[in-house]
Amino acid sequence: MKLPRWFHQFGSPPYVYRLADRLCPWLGGLGGALLAVGAVWGLAFAPPDYQQGESARIIYIHPQTAYIGMMAYVVMAVASAIGYVWRLKLAHAVAVSAAPIGAWFTFCALFTGAVWGRPTWGTYWQWGDPRIMFEALLLFLFLGYLALREAFDDRDKADRVTAILAVVGVVNIPIVHYSVEWWNSLHQTSTLLAEGGPAMTTDMLIPFLIMVAAFTLTFYWLLLRRLQAEIVEREGDARWIRELVGEGAR
Amino acid sequence: MGAFNAVFSRDLRVAFRRWSELAHPLIFFSIVVTLFPLALSPTAAQLREVGVGVLWVATLLSSLLALDGLFRGDAEDGTLEQLLLSPVSTTVAVYAKVTAHALVTLVPLICLVPLSAYTFNIPAAALPTLVLALLLATPTLTVLVGLGAALTVGLRRGGSIVGLLVLPLTSPLLIFGTRATDLSMNGEPAAAPLFLLAALAVLAVSLGPLAIAAAVKVGIE
Amino acid sequence: MSEFFLMGGHGAYVWSAYGLTLAVVIINVWLARAKLRAAPQRARELATQAEAPRKQPTVRRLQ
Repeated sequence: MKLPRWFHQFGSPPYVYRLADRLCPWLGGLGGALLAVGAVWGLAFAPPDYQQGESARIIYIHPQTAYIGMMAYVVMAVASAIGYVWRLKLAHAVAVSAAPIGAWFTFCALFTGAVWGRPTWGTYWQWGDPRIMFEALLLFLFLGYLALREAFDDRDKADRVTAILAVVGVVNIPIVHYSVEWWNSLHQTSTLLAEGGPAMTTDMLIPFLIMVAAFTLTFYWLLLRRLQAEIVEREGDARWIRELVGEGAR
Repeated sequence: MGAFNAVFSRDLRVAFRRWSELAHPLIFFSIVVTLFPLALSPTAAQLREVGVGVLWVATLLSSLLALDGLFRGDAEDGTLEQLLLSPVSTTVAVYAKVTAHALVTLVPLICLVPLSAYTFNIPAAALPTLVLALLLATPTLTVLVGLGAALTVGLRRGGSIVGLLVLPLTSPLLIFGTRATDLSMNGEPAAAPLFLLAALAVLAVSLGPLAIAAAVKVGIE
Repeated sequence: MSEFFLMGGHGAYVWSAYGLTLAVVIINVWLARAKLRAAPQRARELATQAEAPRKQPTVRRLQ
């Protein structure tokens, strides 16, 4: 299959490493700034909910961290599949880099969700609530992926075996998303993607979206930095690494 | 079809040669099912409430026990490699192996369930739903167990990590299965969760063996 | 100002949620940076490991 040139460029570790170096300052700067703006806006300037009161401010972090966790898994699964099919080590490197970030953000989502649930629904945790259960499953999938990877000595084998696990588990993502529509749940149905536009007032929608952007940029900064580390670990002997990272590498 | 039969019957013969090992999951199941009432000291009503959950969890845990027999034994003595090198399609071989495995591991386990259900005071009227739910969950469980075995076949000591991988994936089976049984204990129709179990079974059986075959190939090389 | 911290009685919830999320972000930034810093050293370790593969004893089952 004849692949376009840019595809091959993205298969080149030195190119991706240097690209990451150029992108990261922007991702980090803008992401950090948006996080600060969004957090302050959400905490101080956004209106409290007439029903939930001040605890509704968690809406500016809980859905976002959950979304990032799911995005991380999709990135991991797609990269794994690409790496498996086209035998691209760099794709496997992307998958490995996404996993711990996804695990952390999913943990965040579960924690912020529990803390939000207590004043709103009266309980920290509800066994049998489909979205909570499948989000917890997502965390276990990340942990299982990381544990399985550690168990192999041979990195190539680890790459390919965990790729299979990642792809099999991706079915959980639409399940988490649609669980609120398929079952009765404590969670409400989709607010943002509802028909006829978002069902959120503008004074809440803006900080909400700012935080979505903020966390997304942060995720990609984290991903690229981890990817750079992964590239160095895998290519350590190569001359371009020695030149780039300095004589300390040899 | 001939290849399927060949691998299937060979696996059955090997399994029955070591029939004492087949008994391990059954004994484990019985022990787990006994430990819970011992630990909880429940009243008759409490037994009924926890019984369904305990039986399902015990089944899931017991199904992990016989995992090694699926691929590891053959991997160690080189049989699996021979199978992969032979003209038999790996996916067909996987179908044969997991079917044989389900037959000798899970079906005997499910046979134990009605007796255990009796000790938990689960009403006889709910038994058909319980057994049906377990049977519908068996294909999915077999595939998941097979996937766990295949992913770890390349590891020297696969043991403990498999549970970590497989058990979370079985949680939908647990949720729907216990829900179906609970509904039927209350006299309500349990069709919805049973259909979901059936849907999962179809999904697992059609796509699962492909993933298992891929994992085995990667693990062996 | 104290209203800001109390959040109408929900202070513990809101601040623990925001606090943990901030902590997780900071931890992740630190972990990613640390991993990148340690990468050249780790690359050297992995390279020497690859050159001298460990001899694994094979377990043969006697049937």
